[in-house]
Amino acid sequence: MFEIFGIPSQALFGQLLIGLINGSFYALLSLGLAVIFGMLNIINFTHGAQYMLGAFCAFFLLQYAGLGYWTALIVAPLAVGIFGMIIERLFLQWLYKLDHLYGLLLTFGLGLIIEGVFRNYFGSSGLPYRVPESLQGGQNLGFMFLPNYRAWVIVFSLFVCLATWFLIERTRLGAYLRAATENPTLVRAFGINVPRMITLTYGFGVGLAALAGVMAAPIYNVSPQMGADLIIVVFAVVVIGGMGSIMGAIVTGFGLGVVEGLTKVFFPEASNTVIFIIMAIVLLVRPAGLFGRGA
Amino acid sequence: MERVLDPIATSADRPKARAEVVAFVVMVAALIVAPFFLYPLFLMQALCFALFACAFNLLIGYVGLLSFGHALYFGWASYLAAHAAKIWGLPPELAILTGAATAAVLGVMAGSLAIRRQGIYFAMITLALAQMMYFVALQVPFTGGEDGIQAVPRGFMFGFLDLSNQMTMYAVVLVIFLAGFLFIHRIINSPFGEVLKAIRENETRAVSLGYKTDRYKLAAFVLSATLAGVAGGTKAIVFQLASLTDVHWAMSGEVVLMTLVGGLGTVFGPVVGAFVIIAMQNYLSAFDQWVFVIQGVIFVVCVLLFRRGIVGEFAHLLRIKL
Amino acid sequence: MTRKILGLAALSAVLMSGTAFAQTTVKIGVLSDMSSLYSDIGGPGSVAAAKLAIADFTAKNKDIKVELIGGDHQNKPDVGSQIANQWYDVDKVDAIVDTPNSGVALAVNEITRSKNKTFLVSGAASSDLTGAKCSPNTIHWTYDTWNLANGTGKALVKTGGDTWFFLTADYAFGHALERDTGAVVEANGGKVLGKVRHPLNTNDFSSFLLQAQSSKAKVIGLANAGGDTINSIKQAAEFGIVKGGQSLAGLLVFASDVAALGLPTAQGLVLTETWYWDLNDDNRAFTKRWQQERPGKFPTMVQAGVYSAVTHYLKAVAELKSAADGKAVIAKMKAMPTDDPLFGKGEIRADGRKIHPAYLLEVKKPEESKYPGDFYKVRATIPAAEAFRPLADGKCPLVSG
Repeated sequence: MFEIFGIPSQALFGQLLIGLINGSFYALLSLGLAVIFGMLNIINFTHGAQYMLGAFCAFFLLQYAGLGYWTALIVAPLAVGIFGMIIERLFLQWLYKLDHLYGLLLTFGLGLIIEGVFRNYFGSSGLPYRVPESLQGGQNLGFMFLPNYRAWVIVFSLFVCLATWFLIERTRLGAYLRAATENPTLVRAFGINVPRMITLTYGFGVGLAALAGVMAAPIYNVSPQMGADLIIVVFAVVVIGGMGSIMGAIVTGFGLGVVEGLTKVFFPEASNTVIFIIMAIVLLVRPAGLFGRGA
Repeated sequence: MERVLDPIATSADRPKARAEVVAFVVMVAALIVAPFFLYPLFLMQALCFALFACAFNLLIGYVGLLSFGHALYFGWASYLAAHAAKIWGLPPELAILTGAATAAVLGVMAGSLAIRRQGIYFAMITLALAQMMYFVALQVPFTGGEDGIQAVPRGFMFGFLDLSNQMTMYAVVLVIFLAGFLFIHRIINSPFGEVLKAIRENETRAVSLGYKTDRYKLAAFVLSATLAGVAGGTKAIVFQLASLTDVHWAMSGEVVLMTLVGGLGTVFGPVVGAFVIIAMQNYLSAFDQWVFVIQGVIFVVCVLLFRRGIVGEFAHLLRIKL
Repeated sequence: MTRKILGLAALSAVLMSGTAFAQTTVKIGVLSDMSSLYSDIGGPGSVAAAKLAIADFTAKNKDIKVELIGGDHQNKPDVGSQIANQWYDVDKVDAIVDTPNSGVALAVNEITRSKNKTFLVSGAASSDLTGAKCSPNTIHWTYDTWNLANGTGKALVKTGGDTWFFLTADYAFGHALERDTGAVVEANGGKVLGKVRHPLNTNDFSSFLLQAQSSKAKVIGLANAGGDTINSIKQAAEFGIVKGGQSLAGLLVFASDVAALGLPTAQGLVLTETWYWDLNDDNRAFTKRWQQERPGKFPTMVQAGVYSAVTHYLKAVAELKSAADGKAVIAKMKAMPTDDPLFGKGEIRADGRKIHPAYLLEVKKPEESKYPGDFYKVRATIPAAEAFRPLADGKCPLVSG
């Protein structure tokens, strides 16, 4: 066994892998933000609350309907996605003609409401949610003990991210979407219902957040505040990557997860500031973000 | 991109400006009699937040920049002011100045990063930087972590004003607030302020007129941060406490809310907004747990139906400038 | 200003009996976390416990009239001190009880001292309250950090857990907990192999747990609290840490945390408490009455401590026939031996420390738990004389001077 900077290589590989797992959550969440931003030009501050809703939805399904993790993985994003579409129709659609900042303020307010309501009904100590039966246990990889569930998180979120990229960059539907962001009037002239497309996009982005929430439920504490702080980190991730590209959001998400994981080994005190520091550096060097298309 | 707010009256012609003077006199009179009827600590808290909101409004209302991390300056100034008063034994006026200077330095650093991007990115960057400094505040020893800096002495202002007397303290806070308020008013109506407004209206045009808009934006940012620092430092002396609450993102959200409720880009709006929100927190006792939900609802209602805020709507109704 | 009088309707109702004879009036404020992190530890459950104490006391002492109000400090020292100021200045509250969250408790401690009122701490952990920051107006009732660290640390070292690795929340409170426990471990012949400091409110502990795992220490001490403790225990189970032979020691864990984790995850966790609802018949009887207000929940030691503290406080006020002078009331409380159904007989030391036994508990396996709330088996009882920090070690100015 060899050592790198005094850290056994085994431990290092373990930490890299763990960083990748956390990166999956950043990737899924920033992907959702990027998709919504691309279409609606709104920064969805409710994203953290919607991630939390996904986890709670999984909890409710188990508690009151006896439906387990696998069902939740499909039902929760759909349910929360529909909830998102209702929000878009009720509130967001009135703001498209205004300054973008109003969208930020509105979604911030919605986030406060959702989180506040959940805190009042479910307290803050959190609720238990078990790892599904079929993914319990883990593999001894020699350099670390990898719980099966964590392995699943990496694989599945990578799959979802790539599928989203494919959908938007490589399919006809995605082409309409991209065209509609550039020039909605033109796309409407082709007989495409742009407002409906916007609604669906928002629902899709929100669904991604909820999916991340379901995947987080068995490992993190299911609590009303679970998304509140996370979303700020994801904002930094988005600033670093630049919201211009889908692939950019994915790569930045996973990448920063790894960087954060390594910080936890070498300099744990800085592990929750490192992403913000990187953001500051990126802003100095490349203000548009790593994958941005200009400011 | 549309402007943040349609200015209620861009041309400040004389008779309309008179409304401002009247409103100012009414405000000062009300604040002088208030402590005889209301709990002075409540009023002092509201005044600190009013100054904070006015400082924030300088950015959003007159330069069109939404900083979502203003708690950074408010909170860190209160930490440094508390530390200066308690550990270094500085008198309150110097403690508050220490706080303000801290906020100014942080404002230069955060501002020069944030103005590199516009619009939503600007908001996200300020938020992220503030969150970073929140974590720093949590970890560095001198802030006392979750306990905060407690039992900060109020001391003697200029060596002879005994601030442990509630009314003396109130008078000092009132003077600080009014000074800050008038200073901001002066900035807005100076040539410098006119350039800021021009940037808000159309940055590209301002650039083409030969203004180095980045410098103006940074200067406004630092001014705003410094004044937020004065408010934070004063609060630390009044409450003899500096804590994490003041650097948390919820505080940044609160100051946005105060300004939004009162009226973005109005002179008196932030003051009214601060009093409304602080009063709501203090007097809606039965709804304690619902504070966040109520704040959220107010955000939504303001954004959807009430974008001018209380003062803005009022001024619009009377066709005056406030 | 802050009229944070709780929305719990029944609360502000005057609890009294025999108005005609009422001579002494006392107003007690339960200042607690009603809505967030510690609301299950203290919160509405503490209010319920205070109500029971008042009902029991006034049933026998008809010449005393007690009013009770509750307030929510939201875990913020500034909100807490505003409420305390308001209560003492405007609402004429005589005593504040409970107050989980050491930051808030330290703030209220100062305010109470300057206004000469009474502060009975049950929920806060910091042993500074009876150490450097001790006050003639404060009694620290239920437990403290030294008490928990010592109980868990010593007992584990003695039963073979002699190598430790700390998972520490990176702020003042976590550092203190780590330092106190580390000292106990080493004093008893154990060894601290290492530590890792994690930021407060961390979501993901896996990387820290991996470091703890590779340290090969027999015990992983969790010098953190609330959501951090819950998350670290949950993820330790996922990474098979307990199954791999290492044990987890919670240095600040409450019955409500165990309930939130569920026994399958929390099993095997070792912790110290000074009161457990299922320990004896008196406790069970209290629990039954308490559950009429809080159905489905189980009282924590903090809530039981509120009952005990309020009972003793009222006894002292009844003797003095006045609650006005906080210092006098506290002095009286210290002079009288304590005796109540929940904590039995005990005493209050000069530094304001209430003394009683503590219990080293282990969370049961799911198959051992026979009914709801059947959380723990008692591994050892720590006698009152050893349960708390010796008077001389606290450096409380009240004692030396």
